[in-house]
Amino acid sequence: MNKVVSRREFLKTSGGVALFIGISGLLPQMIACKNNKEVQKLLKKHQLTAWVKLAEDGQITIYNPAAEMGQGSMTSLSAIFAEEMDADWSKVSVEFSPQESEIYGSDKWSPNNKVMLSAGSRVTYGYYSIMRQAGAQARYILMNSIAEHWQVPIKELSTANGEVINRRDNKRIGYGEIIPYLYMPDKLPEFSESEFKDPKNYRFIGLDLPRVDIPAKVKGTAQFAIDIQLPEMLYGVLERGSLHGARPNLNNESEILALSGVLKLVPFDYAIGIIAESLDQALAAKKLLNISWSEAPASGFNSQDCYKKYEKIASEKSAGKVITNEGNINSAIKSAGKTFSVDFKNDYVYHAQMEPLNAVVQVGTDGNSAEVWVGSQQGFDSKLGVPSYLGIPAENVKINLQYLGGGFGRRSMTDFVLEGTGLAREVAPRPVKLIWTREDDVSYGAYRPLTLQRLKASTDAQGKITGFSHCVVGDGGNLVASGIQIDYYDIPNKYAEWREVSEGIRLKHWRSVGHAPNKFAIECMIDEIATYFKKDPADFRRILLAKSPRALATLDKAISMCDWYSTIADNHAKGIAFLERSGTLSTGICEISVDRKTGIISVHRFWSASDAGIVIQPDNVKAQMEGGILMGISSVLKEQLTIVNGRVQQSNFNNYEILQMSDIPDSVETAIIESREPPRGVGESGTPLVACAIANAFLKLTGKHLRHLPFTPERVLNALNS
Amino acid sequence: MASQSLNINNKKYAVDLNEDTSLLWVLREHLGLTGTKYGCGIALCGSCTIHVDDKPMRACSLTLSALNKGQKITTIEGLSKNGDHPIQQAWVEAQAPQCGYCQSGQIMQAVTLLAENPNPTREEIKAYMNGNLCRCGTYLRIVKAIEIAAKKTSVKT
Repeated sequence: MNKVVSRREFLKTSGGVALFIGISGLLPQMIACKNNKEVQKLLKKHQLTAWVKLAEDGQITIYNPAAEMGQGSMTSLSAIFAEEMDADWSKVSVEFSPQESEIYGSDKWSPNNKVMLSAGSRVTYGYYSIMRQAGAQARYILMNSIAEHWQVPIKELSTANGEVINRRDNKRIGYGEIIPYLYMPDKLPEFSESEFKDPKNYRFIGLDLPRVDIPAKVKGTAQFAIDIQLPEMLYGVLERGSLHGARPNLNNESEILALSGVLKLVPFDYAIGIIAESLDQALAAKKLLNISWSEAPASGFNSQDCYKKYEKIASEKSAGKVITNEGNINSAIKSAGKTFSVDFKNDYVYHAQMEPLNAVVQVGTDGNSAEVWVGSQQGFDSKLGVPSYLGIPAENVKINLQYLGGGFGRRSMTDFVLEGTGLAREVAPRPVKLIWTREDDVSYGAYRPLTLQRLKASTDAQGKITGFSHCVVGDGGNLVASGIQIDYYDIPNKYAEWREVSEGIRLKHWRSVGHAPNKFAIECMIDEIATYFKKDPADFRRILLAKSPRALATLDKAISMCDWYSTIADNHAKGIAFLERSGTLSTGICEISVDRKTGIISVHRFWSASDAGIVIQPDNVKAQMEGGILMGISSVLKEQLTIVNGRVQQSNFNNYEILQMSDIPDSVETAIIESREPPRGVGESGTPLVACAIANAFLKLTGKHLRHLPFTPERVLNALNS
Repeated sequence: MASQSLNINNKKYAVDLNEDTSLLWVLREHLGLTGTKYGCGIALCGSCTIHVDDKPMRACSLTLSALNKGQKITTIEGLSKNGDHPIQQAWVEAQAPQCGYCQSGQIMQAVTLLAENPNPTREEIKAYMNGNLCRCGTYLRIVKAIEIAAKKTSVKT
């Protein structure tokens, strides 16, 4: 250890595990330090590795590189680490890691590029191998250090529950007690699959640990960004109007500036910002703003009238962006015994995360540094766009990640972070807490896109599907095209394409992205064909899934859970759906009834069976499926965001209703198919099952079709009367 | 501006603010009691549920002027000393929260439910809790937590 290695070089040579590089950049300091006593002193105060801090009493702090928005990353990622470290869980606590993607990023988003991003249900998938490796290396450092101290070969040592054990004489030493003898080997081994812990010895993975974030969340002490209080903190709000992208012209600047507590007005391209001494003063001033708004690209757009235009686009001869083209769909349709063509539609939906967007930002007096407190799903740039916004180096920006009061995709945008930065720059060095009101959050949201989907299918005379074609018309690229693939279905001719339109409305990933609308269309189409040929929808899918054994296992499990073939009450029916999301395969079944007078659909029970690979925390997977399914029911039965002449028509929970407790099913049962495959994503797997399962149950119950999301009572009554 | 004394969690707080200031902002931004959450500002989500004289109220829809009679205000911070109120324990047992943002309000609402009705039916739970929204979809576990707490409390009494 006599060469000073640059941080970047070290990261390259150590396979991405940055030992001793903590917040303080400790590594170069240590390598430069030849005095062993000094090294040990540094070790005591600082970290075992970049991922873990160890104290002499054995307390271990593991860093969570992901956002915690309720999906359980605090517990599941640290459980993976603790498993390989062989830690004593009762001594483990968990903190958010620094937001330094070079050290804490995952390359599972894009190869050779580490990013910190908690989206697409990819946290466990993205960090499984990283946490295992890091945990195993932390254990190695402890064992190697004590092997040196005891003068025994490392091979003769083992570990158990936070202790290193000499197998020969059964001498034991707690991890914390090893601190005085810690030393860093020149090189850390990269452990391979066969060197990791045997799954049969797992103490945390596959078992249920109580979630580490829950005690604070029931005490009211869990800290969200909106809870941050800093000395000298000011408050900021913005008025953005309800026409996305319209430019403001403020007509009463002097009147607003004269209001009590108002310090500054900050114009943005699309908004007027107010900075005030208190939040109530800022909000009072916001109400008095007199703004003239320009027109914008969305002017004239009416969300409920646009489907006619989209139908025409779907009928045009020229193709859009082709996503799947297997076999020959045209000849399959030409030679078909029977063809089907059905249009499906879905309106916009809004995220409605319970914590409205907010951020606390402090910019240094010289404008050359910034500190941010935020609940973020992070991003491709872990500094959330702040360095480029301020034109300062990334290392001058510190992001303090807080708990997220819901994400669902909305917090993977950085608009609110940059707004807070824009305000804070004006009053540097005083920190500013930017708060979006619920009305701001709804009307300047970024929605799941509205689409029209034209599905065509061909079958032979017996009902075997020979061709399947899917055309999505809508705005947003992958936002509308995700989930359009159906690799798991054994159909010889498949075709899928996306035809772009643009309406000037802000759009963003919404839990399960395009999967919810696309799987709705696909799975309803499958049931329409099965029903036409008088085949049971589960049996029909069993044939389609014949070549996908993992998928088939979820189907078989779900139909046995709900006793699919048994008869149920006259006015009830069950509907089924199968799909893949984030690599997880799931079958979902619901039981519904319909009030034929009011058009209200009730979901009584929901069953799901999923193969998500290795499951880290089974109860947490169940919680995610329950939550995803309930959010699905909410969006399918209640949620509708509409635009008239470019203006968003909803503003709060009075006119954008979400699921309430009185609407919940009696039960949501989740089964997990055991697997040794690497873990895949669960957080979004439940949501897209719902629309298709409900519509398919409705078809069975009434013989009528629900093809336009959401299934409002009015649409249900129209379907019943059709 | 008017000077006013508030009785919050059995502690006196003096505030000097406009009497039309929302209690929610007083609690959160002026007094730093941030366990009570802002969700909608119009009493439709329940995230800011607190107790005023042991009745559940939405802090966002109360102004200081409505609290000038020395009413007893309880927030999540004052519910128990160590976060070990039977409802809070049941919430942990059921592993109810996900993001956690609405849960202070859910817990405060559930506490008054069981105070008024120690053994509620499932339908009574749903009706009483209906104004407390949860976007993560933890409703089934909230019901379970309330049932756990009801069972434990009724065994004791």
